[in-house]
Parts: sequence; C-alpha cells; structure tokens
Amino acid sequence: MTKGLLSLSLLALTASGAFADEIRVLNWQGYGTDLGWSLEAFEAATGHTVVHEYFNSEQEMLTKMRTNPGAYDVVLINAAYTTQAYEEGLLAAIDTAAIGNYAGIPANFAEDPSLMHEGAVYGVPWTWGLTAIAINTQAFDEAPTSLEVLWDPAHKGRVSIRDDAEEAVHLGALATGQDINNIEDLDAVEAKLKELMPQLRTFWASENDWNQFMAAGELDVASYWSGSAARSAGMGLPVEFVVPKEGAIAWLDGLSIPETSEHKEAAAQFIDWMIDPEFYVKWDAEGAPASANADAAAALPDDAFNKRVLGDPEVVKLAKFRAPMDDATRETYLALWQSLKAAQ
Amino acid sequence: MAEVIHAQDRRRLLTLLGPAYLWLTLAVFLPLSAMLFFSFLSDMPGDAPDWGVTLGNYAQFLENPTYATLLWKSLKLGVTVTLFCIVIGYPCALVLAKSIKGRAREALFLMVILPFWSNSLVRIFSWAIVLRGNGVLERTLNWILPVDIRLNLMFTTEAVVIGLVHSYLPYVILTSYLALQAIDDDLIDAARSMGASKLTILNRLLLPLSLPGLLAGAVLVFVPVVGSFMEPRILGGRMGTYYGTVIEDQFVAVYNWPLGAALSFILLAVVLVILGAASPVLRRART
Repeated sequence: MTKGLLSLSLLALTASGAFADEIRVLNWQGYGTDLGWSLEAFEAATGHTVVHEYFNSEQEMLTKMRTNPGAYDVVLINAAYTTQAYEEGLLAAIDTAAIGNYAGIPANFAEDPSLMHEGAVYGVPWTWGLTAIAINTQAFDEAPTSLEVLWDPAHKGRVSIRDDAEEAVHLGALATGQDINNIEDLDAVEAKLKELMPQLRTFWASENDWNQFMAAGELDVASYWSGSAARSAGMGLPVEFVVPKEGAIAWLDGLSIPETSEHKEAAAQFIDWMIDPEFYVKWDAEGAPASANADAAAALPDDAFNKRVLGDPEVVKLAKFRAPMDDATRETYLALWQSLKAAQ
Repeated sequence: MAEVIHAQDRRRLLTLLGPAYLWLTLAVFLPLSAMLFFSFLSDMPGDAPDWGVTLGNYAQFLENPTYATLLWKSLKLGVTVTLFCIVIGYPCALVLAKSIKGRAREALFLMVILPFWSNSLVRIFSWAIVLRGNGVLERTLNWILPVDIRLNLMFTTEAVVIGLVHSYLPYVILTSYLALQAIDDDLIDAARSMGASKLTILNRLLLPLSLPGLLAGAVLVFVPVVGSFMEPRILGGRMGTYYGTVIEDQFVAVYNWPLGAALSFILLAVVLVILGAASPVLRRART
C-alpha cells in the first residue's frame, strides 16, 4: 500500500496542488466505494473527503444525474447504460493519463464499445461479474452443469430466480440457446419461462433475501450473482456458484465522471484509488466482485473465488456481456414478465 | 334564521374551520392532484425534455389484459379477506361487548389492539417466520402430532390471506364492538322475556342494530386490502403478484411514475364505483 499511497500523494500534490476537495460519489449502497477504511486512507493520501449518495435502480441513477447538475463527481454506471448517459451528454471524457492504474486494464474491458466513444474514455472499467446459478450443495451429490437444472422436476418448488424482467428474459434466452443481446424468438423464451414458473418457490429481491431462503433450506438452486455467491459461501452457507454450459450473463460496471462535475481531477484520483490492486485485494477479502484490472486480479491469493472461478479462461469464454438495451425492448420484456407473473 | 349568517359568525366559522381545511388541502388535495397530473404525462418532466400530456397511461390499462387480470385478482383477495375478517371479528366483538365485563374486557381489548401498535412490516415478517418450511408452526405441529406434517403454507395465496386477515382484523372488531356496545341491554332482556331464542336475538336484534358498525369495518378492510402490496410480496412468493405490487413496481423498480399514478387512479375509481354500488345497502343499514 505504501507505494500506492506515495504515488497518490505525489499525484495529489502535482495535479491539484494541496487543495482538498469534497468528492461526491453516486453508487449502490455498500458497493466498494463507501468502505470506511478505504476512504480514511484516501483522505490521508490526497486530502480529499468523499461523500456518498445512493441509488436503487439504474433509472434512478440517470434521473439523479439529469436533475442535479454539478452534484456528483464520480458515478458508478453499468456499462449497459453508459452509452445512454453519454448520448444524453451527461458524461465527461476521462483523461486516462491521470489514472496510473489504468494501464492494468486489459483491452477487452478498456475498449468496450459502451465505455469508449469517438476514441475518448467515458467510463473506467471497475468490476465485473456473472449472473448464473448457485446451488445448495446439500441438495446435490454432483454440481449440475446445465441451466436445465432449474426446469428439473426433481427440484420442483425449490427453485428461485430474481424478480427482474431483464434477468428472467436473459435466462430464458440462454436456456433456449439464443443470444441475450439479440433475442430472435421471444415466444420460445416466453414458453420456456412459463414452464419455469411452477418450479419456483418464490422470487428473491436482495442478497439478504437469498441468504435467508438458503439458510432456511427453502431452495435447492437459484439464480445468483458471482460476487454474492462468494460472500454467501464465505458466511458459511452451503453454496456453490455454477457457470452452466449454456453461458452466463455478464455485466461490467464502470466509474464515470459527470460532465458537470466541478472536481474532475480529484474524481480521477478517486477512480485511480478504486482500481488500485492493493485496495482491491483488501476489498476482496471482504467479498468483492471481480476486478476489471488484470493487475488487481493477479494480485489476489490463489484460493480467492474471483481468481479461482472467474479467473478461469473456460469460464470467461462462457460470459455473455450485456449490451445496451433500448427502452422499447426493456418495456417489451417487462410486459412479458408481468403477464407471466399475473397468470399465477 | 339559519340562512342569515352574521359577519361575525362567518368570521368565527372561518377561523374554526380554517385549520381543518388547510390541513385537508395540504395533506390530501395537493398530493392527490399532483398524482392525478402525473398520470396524464408521457414522461416525468425531470426525466425527459420532450414530455407531454397524454391519455396513453390509461389506454395501457385497456390494451394490456395483465392489469385487468390483476385488478380482478386483487378484488377477489379483498372480498376473501373481508369475509374472513367479518366471520372472525364479529363474534369476537359480540363476546367482548355482551358477555365479558370489567377488567377482563379491558385486558382482552388491549390484546386486540396491541398488534395494531406494532409496525405492520414486523407483523408480516413474524408471519413469515411462523409459516415458512420448518418454521415455528410446522415444528410445533410435528412436536404435538406423531405424523410428519409438511404444511407448505409459505409463498401461497393462503399465506397472503392469513397475513392480511391478521393485519386488518382489529378494524372489524373495533367498529363492530362500538356498534354492539351502543345497544341497550334492556332490549335484549325484553326480547328474551318474550321468548326469543338466542339465534332470533342475534338475527333480528343485534345484527341489524350493529350493521352500520360492521359495514364500516368491512369497508375499512376491503379498500386497503385491494391495494395491498407489501403483504403479498413477502408472503406470496411467486403467487404474490397483485395489482398493488404492479403499482409499486412502477414507482420503485421501473421508475414509470405516470403509469403507476394512472393505475392508482383506476383502482381508486373502481373502488369508488364498488362502494357507490353498495351505498344503498349501506344507507339502509344506517336507518
């Protein structure tokens, strides 16, 4: 950490003099940027204090950026939404030269078409992860390899997925062998999901929900996020994350700087801090998603979930990254999902 | 004489009624009209620069059969829960008002109201603990009975009904109790002295005289249950999608306030129509 601290303090001195700014970060609550120990170290290194504001959905995040110009300096944006924010003129181009750790980000993330527009960077890849399934290891002798396990009559009434239209449709697309970003046969997806409904015990809404259902023994298998599965297993639940052979839905979260930010240099320093390998290794010990910075991922101990499972090239091949989605498609999915739920 | 209100009287009337009307305007009229306004918008003004006025949100209710299906499902839930509340609550109120006297009545009354003072979310979560697989209820039954019992009540429509009945039962008990309490005991004695059986007293005396209270309680239960969303979501699992949960989704998850507002006003209109259709019955009960 000392080297990182030193370079950051040097950066602070050279880039912005000794001015201490207050950076305002917009993110999900409890998602990496608001760890107390990290913010204290960041303040000690750069003099900048960090204040948080939280959002509960991507739509809310976009609305907050539109309605409060100048209120935020760093915003976490799912790459599937970065293009929309860029097109609305909400984002500033980021000077990656000021972000020392940017060099560690591999090209497949750094040059993601959602984050890079006309050669300029509008989002620094921060974390990524998979949405697939996790099993209760007590209910299985051998871990399943296919998504079909959700439809297996042997587990009827002991299955759960998240109450989310996009996720449900994407799972249906994977199960029917379609491209999640270009679903050609939506009827097949609907039919497949219709078969899934009687299998379901309930929907889960949050990580806490999921853990409670698993702890109460209500579920055998349920859709889940890779980072959360690592956390649940770390808590002692009999949980194993499975990447099925049909593929897994992958997401990439980036950190962006709003066009209206008044502390762009301090914001760049904070982003640099967030992709710093030393910060990441400490965060990972508390349960973090996979880092988009290859240096950070390499710095993990070998038994870490994010290195053991998500570092596996075979798994990376199965990751299907979510592309930006237009509002009409989103509404179609929502209507489909609501009609399926209403028919219960 | 009453038509001629002196200036002084008018001023006094204004000062006395003023705070109440001001409160109604601030707390009821303004938020409701804001929601009514939202329900006619194509987008929230802060969200999109090209927002406009439209009837599209109301048209969506007609175009998409999902909403009508869910409204029907919610209305059926409202009727079921109200019936259970009456069947359980009215006898309770009857016993409280006519059979139990003194300290025992106060103690029982407190026990009826006590759950009402706790947060409704806490109550629903306690039901979740009781009903879920291998939960309090199943373990108790398995402990008492020799056979292995799996109730599987959690995440069913029954669980939603149980939770809602428990939440809204005090309304029926309280309103019925007040109406029954007001019936003079001498009337019952008189009926009994003329040879009326217990059933006759109930049917021809107690029930008609306490009907206004019972119906008021029923309305107080029916209206919020039709729009309920928290209880179905927690206890209903995959069966827990109702009209109220879809409205909640529009506000919380999808961020489509105009559609959520329009759906809410359709619900308000449907409930008003139902109450309007029932008003002859309600009015007859009052006289």
